[in-house]
Amino acid sequence: MRWRPGFAAARHSEIFASADEAGGAALALSLALDGMRAESICGDDKRGVLWVQDKTARRLGGRPYRAGLPAELRSRLIHVAANTAEDALFALEEGLRCRDLACVIGEIAGNPRAMDFTASRRLSLAAERHGVSLFLVRLNAKRDLSSARMRWQARSAVSLPSRWNAAAPGVPSWHAELFRARAHRQGEWILRDDGKHLAVSSPAAAQTDHVDLADAAGDGSLATSHGA
Amino acid sequence: MSIWLMRLAMDRWQLHTARKQAEGGRCADTGPLALISETAHGPRLDAVNASGLALGVRPGMLLADARSLCPHLAAAPSDPMGDFAFLERLAVWAQRWGPWSALDPPDGLLVDVTAVAHLFGGEEAMLEEAQAIFRRQGLAAGLAVAPTAGAAWALAHFGPERAILGPEEDAKASLSSLPVAALRLDPDVLLVLRRLGLKRIGDLYGLGRDTLQRRFRTRRTPAANPLIRLDQLLGRVPEPLLPAAAAEVPLVQRRLMEPIRHRELLDRVVEDLAQDMARLLETQGEGARRLELGMWRVDGEVTVRRLEMAAATRDPAHICRLLATRLDDVDAGFGIELVRLRAPWCEGLALAQADFEAAAENHGTSLSVCIDRLTVRLGRDAVRRPVPFASHLPERAQRWIPPLDVAAAQEELELHARPLKLLDRAEEIAVLYATPDGVPRRFRWRGGVHEIARAEGPERIAPEWWRERPDARLRDYYRIEDGEGRRYWIYRQGITGDGRGNDRHGGMPQWFLQGLCA
Repeated sequence: MRWRPGFAAARHSEIFASADEAGGAALALSLALDGMRAESICGDDKRGVLWVQDKTARRLGGRPYRAGLPAELRSRLIHVAANTAEDALFALEEGLRCRDLACVIGEIAGNPRAMDFTASRRLSLAAERHGVSLFLVRLNAKRDLSSARMRWQARSAVSLPSRWNAAAPGVPSWHAELFRARAHRQGEWILRDDGKHLAVSSPAAAQTDHVDLADAAGDGSLATSHGA
Repeated sequence: MSIWLMRLAMDRWQLHTARKQAEGGRCADTGPLALISETAHGPRLDAVNASGLALGVRPGMLLADARSLCPHLAAAPSDPMGDFAFLERLAVWAQRWGPWSALDPPDGLLVDVTAVAHLFGGEEAMLEEAQAIFRRQGLAAGLAVAPTAGAAWALAHFGPERAILGPEEDAKASLSSLPVAALRLDPDVLLVLRRLGLKRIGDLYGLGRDTLQRRFRTRRTPAANPLIRLDQLLGRVPEPLLPAAAAEVPLVQRRLMEPIRHRELLDRVVEDLAQDMARLLETQGEGARRLELGMWRVDGEVTVRRLEMAAATRDPAHICRLLATRLDDVDAGFGIELVRLRAPWCEGLALAQADFEAAAENHGTSLSVCIDRLTVRLGRDAVRRPVPFASHLPERAQRWIPPLDVAAAQEELELHARPLKLLDRAEEIAVLYATPDGVPRRFRWRGGVHEIARAEGPERIAPEWWRERPDARLRDYYRIEDGEGRRYWIYRQGITGDGRGNDRHGGMPQWFLQGLCA
């Protein structure tokens, strides 16, 4: 089955992105919002969103800036500044166990030793057990072993033309490639968040069966099987 | 207060037969009667009624000797276990006169009446009321009140009727006329004292403590050492008593509207009972060591399954699992209509916190618990929430507060788009521009070159002159997008000719990258 916006998000998604842009975090937020809208609890949902960053991710990508967040998340954000990857993983798992959180967003830079398959399996189990979604942004990371149910490669895409100023950047878009998923086929999309839902902006770009296979030996995960 | 039931065994037997005769309609037999128990030397008399005593029959005689004195002496078996059980119930009942009571076997009770006598109208009134109540029950009782348990016992057994020894009275003098048997000594010690010619408690006063101590130095137990008993009588050494406490066997049961015949339903009922039992035991802070599951059948049979645990437990799942293996061979017959679970043996089991983690595991934690856990490990400053702050400078326009604090803040006007993420410290970039005050063409940041394809700006933000140094420069912000679609927030610090730049740059403006846009 092919993924499309509006499907309830997988409980554990990984998004690989460069640390030199905010595309990964932005896509994670959009997918989180999309998941919350799919569960139709976004309207009066006041549950918090936990955003965990490790030290390198903070240094490279900066901290979330309240005025730039999607409006419905601004007052709900709780930021956790962890120093090490171990602390970040601990915070992610504690967040997943909390029933008062809508979702958990993590940013971990590189491939730290603690971020192994066991750790990712722990996160998957905690997320699925307590029904809290995790969107883990992996900055400047190789595609290592993971049990994430959906794994994305994200980068910024050229934005739509601005409505008022032809020279200005418009609604932000991202190029998202789903390269591993348990329940969906692989594919590529240009996505943007237009405030009400996640839109696929250029269907032509979404070519099927674009298989960009392993660039590392550990590509993919043991726990997932691709294809639907 | 000491209560001595002088003829407990005989009174109980007479009450029992009177009740039976009242049912049977025969009149009471008043002939001589003895209660006997079998010993190695034949039946021996434990208790004798009044008419028997009048004929010279004494407790402790062999039945054959008694028969020779009184050939028509009737005999009935005595019931020491029943007497003791009766005494236990009576001890709990006697707590109507005081907060706690103790058994004084074989036929006495001790009740602590410290500071409660005024509730019954004084000590005399209390003793009279107690004696009247015992008499109504058909029990002959001797009562006494004294400051120590030993003195009360002595007065109840050997003192005058309803003796009262006040705390200010001279206990030593008033007890001196009582026989040495009032010291609660073993018979062999009494025999020694009698052979020594010591008959009254007052006789012991005449001997020095050293003498008594030397004579009974090998006797450690109080009942064998007159000196210890004397000290206890006069309150010189403490005498711990074991209070009688009513213990109820935890019991839960389910009466079933419809008799059950199937195993699944029985399992369900047992599960409910185990949960009821767990709640009951939890309120008492106990855990069951032994459980009895009784199943009453419609056709008049009872099946009982007993279960014994290695350690006290009240975990319903554990109990169910253990009981399930014992229920396989239960014959339900025409159906089971009553299921009852008892815990005849319980042990203290404090509430444990082991469930805490399990509950968190099953139902998730609350937000405050989650924040606590994070704060404890990561520190207070690591878990925070952004709130807007009244400032135009982007890095000042956001402050961080503890996540559960409420901050009164005005929502900002959304005049301009802001980046999704803000770097902690703006990074300097090298730019190439057509005009120094215009939009740059390209810039170099972190070793990469970015061609600027689209830009919006400038948005001029002046320095906050009321708090910054006078040479602070204004900023012109641009929201830009490079050729690959990456969006940034950059600014030029100062304008040419403002005279505020440092010499290193020759007064030229500097460029910084401060934020990453979505």
